[in-house]
Amino acid sequence: MLGGLALCRNIKQIRAVAVAGSLVLIGMSVYLLLEYLALPALTHEHPMHFYDSWVWFESLNIHLAVGVDGVSIAMILLTSIIVFAGSFASWSINQPKAFFLWLILLSTGVYGFFISVDLFTMFMFYEVALIPMYLLIGVWGSGNKNYSAMKLTLMLMGGSAFLMLGLIGIYYNGPVVDGAHTWDITQIVNNGGVEKGWQYFLFPITFVGFGVLGAMFPFHTWSPDGHASAPTAVSMLHAGVLMKLGGYGCFRVAMYLMPEAAQELSWIFLILTGISVVYGAFSACVQTDLKYINAYSSVSHCGLVLFAVLMLNQTAMTGAVMQMLSHGLMTALFFALIGMIYGRTHTRDIREMGGMMKIMPYLAVCYVIAGFASLGLPGLSGFVAEMTIFVGSFQQGMSEFMAGAGSLKLVFTIVACCSIVITAVYILRVVGKLLLGPVQDKHHLELTDATWWERLSTVTLIISVAAIGCFPNFFADLIRETFSGEIFKAVL
Amino acid sequence: MEATLPLLILVLPLLMFLFLGLFGKYLSHKWSGIIGTLGMGVTMVIAYYTAYTYFFSGDFVDAAGNRLQYVVFDQQWLSLWGDLSINLGFLLDPISALMLVVVTTISFMVHLYSNGYMRDHHGVYETGFQRFYAFLSLFSFSMLGLVVATNIFQMYIFWELVGASSYLLIGFYYTKPSAVSASKKAFIVTRFADLGFLIGILVLSYCTETFNFMSMTSSSVGEGLYHVDVTSAEGVKTMIESRAGQMFLGGSIMTWALVLIFMGGMGKSAMMPLHIWLPDAMEGPTPVSALIHAATMVVAGVYLVARLFPLFMVNELAGGAALDIVTVVGALTAAYAAIVACTQVDIKRVLAFSTISQIAFMMVSLGVSRGDVGENLGYMASMFHLFTHAMFKALLFLGAGALIHAVSSNDYTAMHGLRKHMPITHITFLIGCLAIAGIIPFSGFFSKDEILASCFGNSMVAYVWMSLVAGLTAFYMFRLYYLIFWWKEHKVHEGHHAPKDQPWTMTLPLIILGVVAIFCGLVPFSEMVTWNGHPHHAHINWTVASVSLAVSIVAIGIATLMYRKENSLPAKMRSLFPRLWQGAHHRFYFDELYMFITHKIIFNSICKPIAWFDRHIIDGTMDAFAAITNKASYAIRGLQSGNAQSYVWVYLLGALVLGGGTVAIIFLFF
Repeated sequence: MLGGLALCRNIKQIRAVAVAGSLVLIGMSVYLLLEYLALPALTHEHPMHFYDSWVWFESLNIHLAVGVDGVSIAMILLTSIIVFAGSFASWSINQPKAFFLWLILLSTGVYGFFISVDLFTMFMFYEVALIPMYLLIGVWGSGNKNYSAMKLTLMLMGGSAFLMLGLIGIYYNGPVVDGAHTWDITQIVNNGGVEKGWQYFLFPITFVGFGVLGAMFPFHTWSPDGHASAPTAVSMLHAGVLMKLGGYGCFRVAMYLMPEAAQELSWIFLILTGISVVYGAFSACVQTDLKYINAYSSVSHCGLVLFAVLMLNQTAMTGAVMQMLSHGLMTALFFALIGMIYGRTHTRDIREMGGMMKIMPYLAVCYVIAGFASLGLPGLSGFVAEMTIFVGSFQQGMSEFMAGAGSLKLVFTIVACCSIVITAVYILRVVGKLLLGPVQDKHHLELTDATWWERLSTVTLIISVAAIGCFPNFFADLIRETFSGEIFKAVL
Repeated sequence: MEATLPLLILVLPLLMFLFLGLFGKYLSHKWSGIIGTLGMGVTMVIAYYTAYTYFFSGDFVDAAGNRLQYVVFDQQWLSLWGDLSINLGFLLDPISALMLVVVTTISFMVHLYSNGYMRDHHGVYETGFQRFYAFLSLFSFSMLGLVVATNIFQMYIFWELVGASSYLLIGFYYTKPSAVSASKKAFIVTRFADLGFLIGILVLSYCTETFNFMSMTSSSVGEGLYHVDVTSAEGVKTMIESRAGQMFLGGSIMTWALVLIFMGGMGKSAMMPLHIWLPDAMEGPTPVSALIHAATMVVAGVYLVARLFPLFMVNELAGGAALDIVTVVGALTAAYAAIVACTQVDIKRVLAFSTISQIAFMMVSLGVSRGDVGENLGYMASMFHLFTHAMFKALLFLGAGALIHAVSSNDYTAMHGLRKHMPITHITFLIGCLAIAGIIPFSGFFSKDEILASCFGNSMVAYVWMSLVAGLTAFYMFRLYYLIFWWKEHKVHEGHHAPKDQPWTMTLPLIILGVVAIFCGLVPFSEMVTWNGHPHHAHINWTVASVSLAVSIVAIGIATLMYRKENSLPAKMRSLFPRLWQGAHHRFYFDELYMFITHKIIFNSICKPIAWFDRHIIDGTMDAFAAITNKASYAIRGLQSGNAQSYVWVYLLGALVLGGGTVAIIFLFF
């Protein structure tokens, strides 16, 4: 339950502690999951389990309120797996103490964000997660790292500024409980919600605020540069978990608290995210830097998350969360592998590499598996997430079209479906150039295959990806509850 | 029937894949070959037993003698919208039992054959031998999962998996750039087709509110037993009520759904214009071509249409054009591929185009299948031809593999006159040629006759067209035959071995398949496989049969005249129709067209501008903001040092100021 806080004791910061800490975290997340499964279903009045609240800052009625539902548990599980894999992936980093300190501060922020029910605390954890990023990229990064770190931080801070404004707006236009405004999400919803007129102003800015972190077109440009410069574990955590904060915030705050505005204004963002999906994919087709390819691929996949959330139906939204899990795991895997390959070849330019399958078969096979997951091969996580989204969106779009309510959702669903082809193009292009074919550079022949910690890191991620892909119903059931019409009012 | 045995048919190949894939490198080459082959052999035996039980135990036939569909098990895998959920199950009905036999037989033959093929002349195994067997097992698993699918989404799942295993196997020689690009091409072209398939599934599931085949086309008549009956099937009723007849861009929604699904089938079955991947797919090892690209995976499209055939029938009765589209696409493809096959030099490509043409025959046969022609004779004929074609085409490919292995080249100019050196290969190859040419009493004669009879009953144009294509088939196959086995043989160079028959692991499958290719036409198909399970007594239509026989014999005669010995006739013919020959030789420039579209249009005119737009316009705007801010601050404070530490300080300072400011604002408001 207090998985997030458990990290705070890891101050010694050596490998063993980092690994032990992340193992404990996985253990705690699983324990939390099991406890959660034993509890009765969520209801409208109690949309969160393990709810607890402590006054933190009385004059503003700020609480440290925590609580989880199936979605947050899934996200916590995702974070612990990626932190675990990330610690192994950065086994031999310089200045490990400081690095792991910041890394763990970052994940504390992430855990805190996922369990917060109080808007202010949530925002605080959000900032806690963002700020270490600057240092992690600026100090341990590569390439044009100062520029990238600055750009990433400033753009995300710009997003936070919108968000701050939105959250304060929600606070002041929310209901009055016990003589004071409240930051508590559940209380806001259960006491009448945000004033309707204000919703039309607050929904877009909150959505954009979170959308920046979710790499929504046209606010995604921090992502390619940021990822390209970040060290391996940071890329993993950032693309794997941090970008999910955006998607999570979009529905947990923007849509959950302002259902009316969400229903009426979602079309604007639907168009933007629909563009994101194909735009990111097309851009990825011509990149030559491995990290840029994956950054653009993330733009496409995360675009699909927001796209599905905006469909406002249970199936598509369940699919969105599954896509978050799936994308988190497979992007982390991608970035881990890219980091490992880069660590050996010292280049990420696919034109300078080739035939890696012969040189480092283990890493190459993992890369192929990650690629297959990304292009949606059944049995791996990408397929179930995408299909859930497509079925949900298509049924929604077709029903609206048949009822004469416009064809926007239908058309954009078909556009989004096209991404499965484009994804196949850029994934196979990389696989063909990087892994197969003749060896490009004679010096690469001397390189070695993965070490044991690298194997452990990748195997963890691959098993998780395959677990979601093979037993999707378990995860879907866990998530689906949150998006039932009874709990989530924005659902049509 | 117990679910355990049928389940084993799927589980065994999957276990083989995992075992050989994960632990293959710890095994010797020899043992992984033996384990893989034995595993497939056991699977084949179980599949035979299952099919035998289904057809002959009498448990799956109702009182009126109709064969029923039997759902062995059906497990929910992922629940989606409302009642829509993806199940994984095992369906036994005439066509799935038929496919179980076909897939496991050919797969076993190929497993056995590869023990010999995947070695060089000194018996040294190729690198990646274990990987090869692992992928073969993966493919067998996926293909078997596809044919026993109980719902269309399960079919789509395994459809993608066969695509992936095909990708892996075509690219088996991954250091060869041509193999890499061929595998990529195969995957992307079929993926594009699958996009249509996916959207088709979505539309169809919206109309019928189910993915399940039984709910779409059948009515329940007992525990797990279903009877194909479109008038009372739930899915069809829902579909008619749900405005599936509403028109949209010139077709009813149902027609669109079926045509989009057929597009998926066109991709996998290499129908024009989505056929371009199949000839290139010959870059894979030859046993793979025999298994995947001749006998099993490429007929998945035909199987898909057959599986949904009752819906196509409903569509036909409602005035939809879906079946007509199937016919036209099939007829055009059949002729195109047959013409191109006459001009190719690489023997595997000749066989590839021949495969395309023969699959198109099956498509046409489904397309002309109507209730008024001998109770849907076409449906039965199509499945019949699928069966016989799988046998004789696998035979031809494995024979071609033996030839290629012997002379180390794909080119017929390197072969010539091999009939004396490789007698077994020669005889079996000849059997394959006679079967595909449709000479009585070889198997191809019976199935092709049924197809032509079905065309004859439906439309004269289709009949004449397909008969001519059948003549062309005989012509190009015998052209190939003569060029390989006749003509003057090459001199054996000093220090080289003369080509000879291959080891028993390779010749035994040839002999078995040769025998099967002779006799499998005698199987009483019409009693066993019909679209609604109602047995039907077909008899040979001798008018049609004698005409097609005459056409084939004439075509073989022409081929003999032109190619039996080296002479000037082919060159004369070539100069008579230079344009046609050039066009056919270049496969009518389809590949060039695709290259133009993908490279010039999509890559250069869409991807590159988007990437440029992103870097320069969108990112440029962001940078411009930053630059303006920078300039302003520089002008004010001159703090830009370019030093990371000072950035941090400035940043923290800024954060403090901002944070302080925010708190102050909150307090002011408060």
